[in-house]
Amino acid sequence: MTITSAPSTPAGAAPRSLLPAVSIQGASKAFKLHHRQYHTLKERALHPFQARTFDLLQAVDNVSVDIAAGEFFGIIGRNGSGKSTLLKCLAGIYDIDAGKMDVRGRLSPFIELGVGFNLDLTARDNVILNALVLGLTRKEAKARFDSIIAFAELEDFLDMRLKNYSSGMSVRLAFSVAIQVDADVLLIDEVLAVGDASFQQKCFDEFQRLKKEGRTILFVTHDMGAIQRFCDRAMLLEKGRMVAIGDPAEVAHRYNELNFGRTVHEPTEGEREGDRRADRRDADVVDAWFEDAAGARIAAIGHREALAVGLQVRFNAALDDPSFGVTIRNEAGATVFATTTEWSFGPTGHFAPGEVATVKVRLENWFTPSSYSVTASIARAGLGSDTIDLRTDLATVVIHGGRFTTGVVDLPHAFEIERR
Amino acid sequence: MSAGDSAPARRYGPSAFGDDLRRFVSLTYTLASTDFKLTYFNSILGYFWSLMRPLLFFGVLYFVFTNIFHVGSGVHDYSVELLLAIILWTFFLQATSGSVQSMLGREGLLRKMRFPRLVVPLAVTLTALFQLTTNLVPIFVLALASGVTPTLAWLELIPVIALLAILASGIGMLLSVLYVRARDIQPIWDVISQLLFYASPIIYPVFYYNHSTTSYAAKGCVFNSTRDQYLNVYGQVCKASSAPVGDNLHLHFIGHFLMVNPVAALIAQARHALVGGPLGANPSANFALGGWEYVMIPVGIIAVVFALGVVVFHHEAPRISENL
Repeated sequence: MTITSAPSTPAGAAPRSLLPAVSIQGASKAFKLHHRQYHTLKERALHPFQARTFDLLQAVDNVSVDIAAGEFFGIIGRNGSGKSTLLKCLAGIYDIDAGKMDVRGRLSPFIELGVGFNLDLTARDNVILNALVLGLTRKEAKARFDSIIAFAELEDFLDMRLKNYSSGMSVRLAFSVAIQVDADVLLIDEVLAVGDASFQQKCFDEFQRLKKEGRTILFVTHDMGAIQRFCDRAMLLEKGRMVAIGDPAEVAHRYNELNFGRTVHEPTEGEREGDRRADRRDADVVDAWFEDAAGARIAAIGHREALAVGLQVRFNAALDDPSFGVTIRNEAGATVFATTTEWSFGPTGHFAPGEVATVKVRLENWFTPSSYSVTASIARAGLGSDTIDLRTDLATVVIHGGRFTTGVVDLPHAFEIERR
Repeated sequence: MSAGDSAPARRYGPSAFGDDLRRFVSLTYTLASTDFKLTYFNSILGYFWSLMRPLLFFGVLYFVFTNIFHVGSGVHDYSVELLLAIILWTFFLQATSGSVQSMLGREGLLRKMRFPRLVVPLAVTLTALFQLTTNLVPIFVLALASGVTPTLAWLELIPVIALLAILASGIGMLLSVLYVRARDIQPIWDVISQLLFYASPIIYPVFYYNHSTTSYAAKGCVFNSTRDQYLNVYGQVCKASSAPVGDNLHLHFIGHFLMVNPVAALIAQARHALVGGPLGANPSANFALGGWEYVMIPVGIIAVVFALGVVVFHHEAPRISENL
């Protein structure tokens, strides 16, 4: 599936040139994975034939995309999907095997920040050296030195050797250098996982400012929240191929499906661990699913979008007021929510043998982004302990969007602050 | 990989040369000068430590070859010549051996930034060149102290050092890029450089074949094949010999063969330029090889090694960061 949509023009963006800032056409990159890698001539001489066998890992496979100047472009994908390799090819660190890549203007990579410094040199020397490597002239590097140090908030540690820096400090320094080189195109590879919260916020503010100035930003991350907050457009890579491109929310949705969607519509046959099935099966849980407001079965849905859980039960014998139960568990297996008709509905009535009942539970979707599964059960009337059939994890839904809080739910809430 | 067509867009693969000569030069210079500064200002004795190694080596060799083996005792300026040869050799060794692991040393930069890859080994040679410049000071001091008169011929040292630097950077390019593929380049080069050391007239004098007198000579000693007598240039009898002409032919071959080695030819020429001396005492490369047409052999080797270095490096450059 490919979702294509024109990039939305952000308000206040600089006028764009007709030429794309970054143009990738049919780019492919493979790595040879030798079955036995020989690192010395001696080994090669001793094993002249074995050394030739290798697997080809197609890290980037025929990816084409044009990124307009001023666009904030997200690249997402699972681990090993080729996003970092693509970025490194763009950064001019790896050469591509096939295709074409063009980057217009100065490029600044935010890749593996914190490495590349000479630990024996002071921050001062390292800044100049890094700025030169990034393409500044010595004069430009010196002129920008103060603002680089100011942004990194390292004024007091200028003449300290880098080996005495904490890792956070050197990352901050690297980030400052990369952001101050006045690049037209910024390649950002999951750098925001580092640094403390205030520095992260500062980085995002800086990206926003650069974006307003018409700079092009390519952003690799696992944080779907950030993708939806910042990006104009996003691309999803899977096994080196581009599987989706377009609206960040939709691409993020696809990403969640790829990640969690594997378990969506598994057949109900076969028992799972945790299933409790009575010997005298007067009723069977046939199916359970998540659905949206329109009643369509879904594998993923946005945070706060109307959600319902459905279950289907087939009766083999006559039953009076059986209790239908639904339990929702998160990825960690913790029960986030549980309900039964016993508790919140009341008597369900009489069911005849052969009858099939479909039960729906509409609920407010306050779940935080993660994967959730539904366990459905049918029990005899009473205290609910006399389970006839209980089927665990029949369906899974991925909640995306929303904020990444540390809680399992993001309840509607309001603060009040009183001071005296 | 043509750097930058008419369009403003560039091909974004890593390359040996990059597409901006100014940046190339400034990067090489910066990497070299920061490395140089590190060795010089990182310890209290900085400059002296970096001189210590060649000077200690010189001291030991000087003692051994003047007091024990007497190779240099009859030679007036043996100390100057020995020191000059050692310091030139130190430069060559530092530039080449330092290049072997240079890519590994710059791994951090190579894996995250786009810059011309050739900068890495060239910076090593340039650092060694900076060091050589400072190391020349004690040579001139020693030369003047030993009564060598400064002449215009001293300027010949400049092209000699330039050629040595070209040779060293050519070898450096090859070694740095081959090391990425084969880690045993390190011990291999250790052995080869040892061989080169003994194959070059550093601790021993220059052998040469004198066409005009058909006499074979070792530096300081002229020996006439017809008289089978070894004389040093000061007229003293070095060693009487009854060796047949065949042995001298053997020496003839070795003398020629050793001079084909560009390091040997350059060191011979440097000695000739700095010390000069009576005819035959410090033969020029031209004299030792027996004519300009023969001088073209070591010069040609330098050109071939450098060209090979450039070609191999250019070919390997795009894949250095992934093969490391």
